[in-house]
Amino acid sequence: MTAAPALTRRGLALALGISLVSRTAHAQTTLLNVSYDPTRELYRDVDKAFPAVWAGQGGDALTVRSTHGGSGAQARAVLDGLQADVVTLALASDIDALAERKLLARDWQSRLPHNATPYTSTIVFLVRKGNPKRLLDWADLIRPGVAIITPNPKTSGGARWNYLAAWGWALRQPGGSDATAEAFLGKLFKQVPVLDSGARGATNTFVQRGLGDVLLAWENEALLAADELGPDKFDIVYPSLSILAEPPVAVVDSVVDARGTRRAAEAYLRFLYAPQAQDIVGRRHFRPRDAAAQAKYAAKFPTLPLFDIAALGGWTKVQAAHFADGGAFDRIYTPGK
Amino acid sequence: MQRRLLILAAALIAVLMLVLPLVVVFTEALSAGPGRIVEALSDPDAQAAIWLTIEVAAISLTVNTIFGLAAAWCITKHDFPLRGLLVTLIELPLSVSPVVSGLVWMLVFGAQGWLGPWLRGHGIGIVFALPGVVLATIFVTFPFVVRPLLPLMQSQGREQEEAAALLGAGLWRTLWHVTLPEIRWGLLSGILLCNARAMGEFGAVAVVSGHIPGATETMPLRIEALYNDFQGAAAFAMAALLAALALLTLAAKAFLEARTGRLAGPG
Repeated sequence: MTAAPALTRRGLALALGISLVSRTAHAQTTLLNVSYDPTRELYRDVDKAFPAVWAGQGGDALTVRSTHGGSGAQARAVLDGLQADVVTLALASDIDALAERKLLARDWQSRLPHNATPYTSTIVFLVRKGNPKRLLDWADLIRPGVAIITPNPKTSGGARWNYLAAWGWALRQPGGSDATAEAFLGKLFKQVPVLDSGARGATNTFVQRGLGDVLLAWENEALLAADELGPDKFDIVYPSLSILAEPPVAVVDSVVDARGTRRAAEAYLRFLYAPQAQDIVGRRHFRPRDAAAQAKYAAKFPTLPLFDIAALGGWTKVQAAHFADGGAFDRIYTPGK
Repeated sequence: MQRRLLILAAALIAVLMLVLPLVVVFTEALSAGPGRIVEALSDPDAQAAIWLTIEVAAISLTVNTIFGLAAAWCITKHDFPLRGLLVTLIELPLSVSPVVSGLVWMLVFGAQGWLGPWLRGHGIGIVFALPGVVLATIFVTFPFVVRPLLPLMQSQGREQEEAAALLGAGLWRTLWHVTLPEIRWGLLSGILLCNARAMGEFGAVAVVSGHIPGATETMPLRIEALYNDFQGAAAFAMAALLAALALLTLAAKAFLEARTGRLAGPG
C-alpha cells in the first residue's frame, strides 16, 4: 500500500485535472513486453529475474511489465499505438506486420540467434483423463461426435500453429494435396463448438468450463494444464507428426528510440538466451534452446517428428494463402454451422 | 392466487439472476480464506488497479456531473431548436455497445487514427494511457447523471427561475439558490448510479486500455486477467471488492431515496 503522501498527491492531481494529461514521467525505467497468451507464467518469472541481471550489467532500477492476449490482437494493439519496447509474439508474421508499418527494421529476425526464437514448442492434444474417445492421431479428430476446442486463427497465433500442424499432417498422408488438406481442415472446424480469441481462453473453455473432448494446444499450455491444474483430469497425446512452433521476439525500434530504452530492451531479449532464463523456459514448459536446459528438462519433452514453417513455404506465403481475407480459412469456416 | 404466483415468479427470477451471482462471488472469494484475499489485494498491481479505478471514476463523475447539469438545465429551462435531438444524443451511449464506443476512440486517437500520429509526435498518449480509459468511461456513463434530472426538472417548471430572474438574480445565483436545492437528491442519486457504472465498465475500457498491469489495468480488467492466469482465488477476491464498492454505492442511493421518499432513477 502506498503511503499517505501518494494519496494526497493523487487527490491534488485529481482536483487540478492534471490527470487528464498522460503521466509519462516515471521514477524509474519501465519496459513493456507485449506478448501472446500462454506466456503469462513464463514472463512473470522472467520479468522478476531480469531487473537484478540488468543492475548487474550496470543498469538503472527497472520494472518490466508484460501484457498478454491473442498474438494477432496484441500486434494490432502495438500498431494502434501501444508503446511496446519489445514484442514476444506467437509467430513471425505478426511481427512482420509491425515491420511493414516501419515500427521496426525488416531484418529483425536476423538480429538474435535461432531466427530470434529463444524457445520453441509444438502442438499436441490435451484430452480428458484416460482418453475416453481414443484420440491418438489427427485422423481420429474428425470422427463423428468428437468436439474439438481450438481458438480463432484470425486472432490467435496458437490457433494458426494448430491449423498448420493439422494441414501439414494431411498433406503428408497418402494422396495428400492442398485439396485433401483443405477438406480435412473443413471437417475438423465443423466440430469446433467455440472459437475463443486467444489460446488461454480456449484452455479455460476446455479446462474450467469442461467443454469439448480434445483441446488442440501449445505443448507448454497442455503441460501447464496437466501438471498444475489437474494431473488426474487430463492426458497429453502426442500425434504422429506435428509442427515446430517458433515464437519469435524483437525490439520495437520506433518505441525504444522514442523512449530511450533501447539498451535495456536489447539486454532483456539477450537475457532470454542466457542459462538462467533458459532454465525458466524449461520450467515453464517451453522447449529451451540452451543445451544444459535441454538436458535438464529432456524427460518433459518427448521427441516426435516435427516439420517447420519453411516446409509449408514460410510465413509470408502461408499468411496470404490461409489466413488473409478470402484465404483457405475463410473458405473452411463459416460461423454458425 | 394468480397475482401471488406472479409475484413469486418475479421474486424467484430476481434471486436467481441478481442475488445468486453476488452470493457466488462472495463465497468463492471467502472460500480461499481471508489470508488469500489480503494477499491478492495487497499485490502492487492490484493496488494500482484499485487506485486507477477510483481515479477514473472520480474524474468521470466530475465531468459527467458538470456536463449533465448543464445539459439538463439547457434542455428543461430553455427553448432552442433541435432540443429533441440533443435529448436523443444524450441517450446514445445507452444504446451503443461499449466496445463500439471504445473503437471510436481508437479510430480517433490510435496510432493509425485521425489525430494519433500528430499526438504521438508531440509526446501525448491518449489511448493505452489514462486519458483513453477516462474518455471511454465518460462516454459510457454520460447519460447517468442527465437522465434522472430531465423529468425532475421538467416537472418543476420554470416559474421559480423566472421569478428569480425578475427579482434580479443572475445565472449563477439562480442555479445555486433556486435550481440546485430542488434537484439535489435526484442529482446525488444520478451521481451514485454513474459511479457504480464507471467502476464496473469493462468493454469500452478493454479496447483502449492495453491491459498494462500497474499502469492502465482497471479492476474489471484485472479480474479477467487473473482469471486467465489461473488465479481464480485472486480474481474472486478482486471481484468481491468491486461488487462491495458497487453495493455500497447502491446502498447510499437507496438511503437517499428513502430519505426523499420516492423512487428515482433513469428510465
